[in-house]
Amino acid sequence: MIEVRELTKKYGELVAVRDLTFKVEAGRIWGLLGPNAAGKTTTMRILTGFLPATSGHATVAGFDVFDKPEDVKRSIGYLPEVVPLYQDMTVTGYLGFVAEIKQVPKARRKASIARVIESAGLKDVSRRLIKNISRGFKQRVGIAQALIHDPKVLILDEPTIGLDPAQIREIRQLIRGLRGEHTILLSTHILPEVTQVCDGVVIINEGRLKASGSLEELAASFDKTDGVLVRLRRGGPEEAALFRGLPGVGNVAVEGDEIRVEWSRGRDLRDDVARLALDKGLGLKEMRSMAGIEDLYMKIVSGGLEQ
Amino acid sequence: MRNIWSLVKKEVRAYFSSPIAYAVTAGFLLLVGYSFYNGMAWFNDAAMQMAQNPYYAQQININEMVFVPLFHNMTIFLVFIVPLLTMRLLAEEKKTGTEELLFTSPLTVGEIVLGKYIAALIMVAVMLGLTAVLSAFAFAYGNPELAPWLTGYLGLFLTGALFAAIGLFFSSLTENQIVAAFLAIVTLLLLLLISWVTSSGSGGWRSVVGYLSYSDHFGNMTRGILDTKDVVYYLTFSFFGLFLTHSVIQSRRWR
Repeated sequence: MIEVRELTKKYGELVAVRDLTFKVEAGRIWGLLGPNAAGKTTTMRILTGFLPATSGHATVAGFDVFDKPEDVKRSIGYLPEVVPLYQDMTVTGYLGFVAEIKQVPKARRKASIARVIESAGLKDVSRRLIKNISRGFKQRVGIAQALIHDPKVLILDEPTIGLDPAQIREIRQLIRGLRGEHTILLSTHILPEVTQVCDGVVIINEGRLKASGSLEELAASFDKTDGVLVRLRRGGPEEAALFRGLPGVGNVAVEGDEIRVEWSRGRDLRDDVARLALDKGLGLKEMRSMAGIEDLYMKIVSGGLEQ
Repeated sequence: MRNIWSLVKKEVRAYFSSPIAYAVTAGFLLLVGYSFYNGMAWFNDAAMQMAQNPYYAQQININEMVFVPLFHNMTIFLVFIVPLLTMRLLAEEKKTGTEELLFTSPLTVGEIVLGKYIAALIMVAVMLGLTAVLSAFAFAYGNPELAPWLTGYLGLFLTGALFAAIGLFFSSLTENQIVAAFLAIVTLLLLLLISWVTSSGSGGWRSVVGYLSYSDHFGNMTRGILDTKDVVYYLTFSFFGLFLTHSVIQSRRWR
């Protein structure tokens, strides 16, 4: 649905994006992950036709971004990093204007506005002026605006930036609810966002592609080991030796007050680890998967790893 | 065409939902009203005295003595007022980031520029239309000629349209509205000044520079002369302003 090949964008001397190639399948949610100034916004602006690329190709929904910009613009809903709101309009008035310029036929406009107000949860504020609603609602209006013409592809630039934790959770839920009907590319520099919302990820740094693929693929290709971090209810890290005895377990290490239990990828010893802890009467306070992608991201961003 | 209309509606609504339209219109009406009152008061006195002398009595002409100076004053007010109307049109979109919505919608740059321009023209027309009410008094209590009054107002509208195109151009250059308005006002004053310079010079360059200033073209129209040359001047330069605006937006995105 989205295909980028050898995309390069230069601002004068500065190369913002260099030889970027990736692909997003229809109906999936893909994260564009990278530290600040990695080239995420530039990539998205090229895909939406806001900026031209210096060289390379990009197609969205089957249309070439450079040859058929009008068709691409009709198939894309875009939430820029700075939500493009007219402060003096009401929420409904604003959505009506966007529906007009996105060329939603007049007969369907009212229904479209009602639909996005419903799905973005804007009912309570629909008659208020945009300047008088909260940051969280403004962000929702931004998403509603991107959905108004029911586009095949959604491009969301940092959709949860600047929101409080409760609002972040709501927006993520909203985005997850759109899976299947829309192909979504969202950018973020927050890793948990990717693991919670996305099916796959494109990781870039300094304008270059560092890794791309579904989350499982990536974890598999970079990590040969899988494992858990365990925190015991009764007993501290000194119990680590216990887990070494489990069949299949490889490395066991102590990290702070946690015990890291590893095994080779392909098996799943979670149940065994838990059973052992309970059987020995140690109890479990916490057990979580080793954050494979988190390690991966940190390695990539610090520049130590290339695919 | 429908796209342009959507933008026009949005811009006109934006004018009236912020204080700017009201403040600017009120200020303009106050200035024009005072000029008109002054002109009429002076005309009354002058006409009374001239009527004593049968030779001068022939020359009493309300068009020449009231409307021509009034129209010239109005163009000077427009120099300051039209840039205040156009300054936000593109600069504000850039500053607030809403240009990203416009330029990623299936609209062409030409449609965006035209939509904004037409909205400014509507504001100019509304303001001029309101001042026309004043003239109704002159028509009710005197007997001015209609033709020069009409061509005068056409000239005012064309002047406003030219100013709006120049104002829009400067609004496309910056994201700071004050800078946009200031540069537009300076440019419009320069266009006025060159006509003063040329009135004292002579030779071929004089007619070239004179052609560039709107004041000669406008002068013809206030006297009831509707020459295609003058109308062509206004249309050419307004179009040129819009063309430059279009180029600025295109080039900024391609840089």
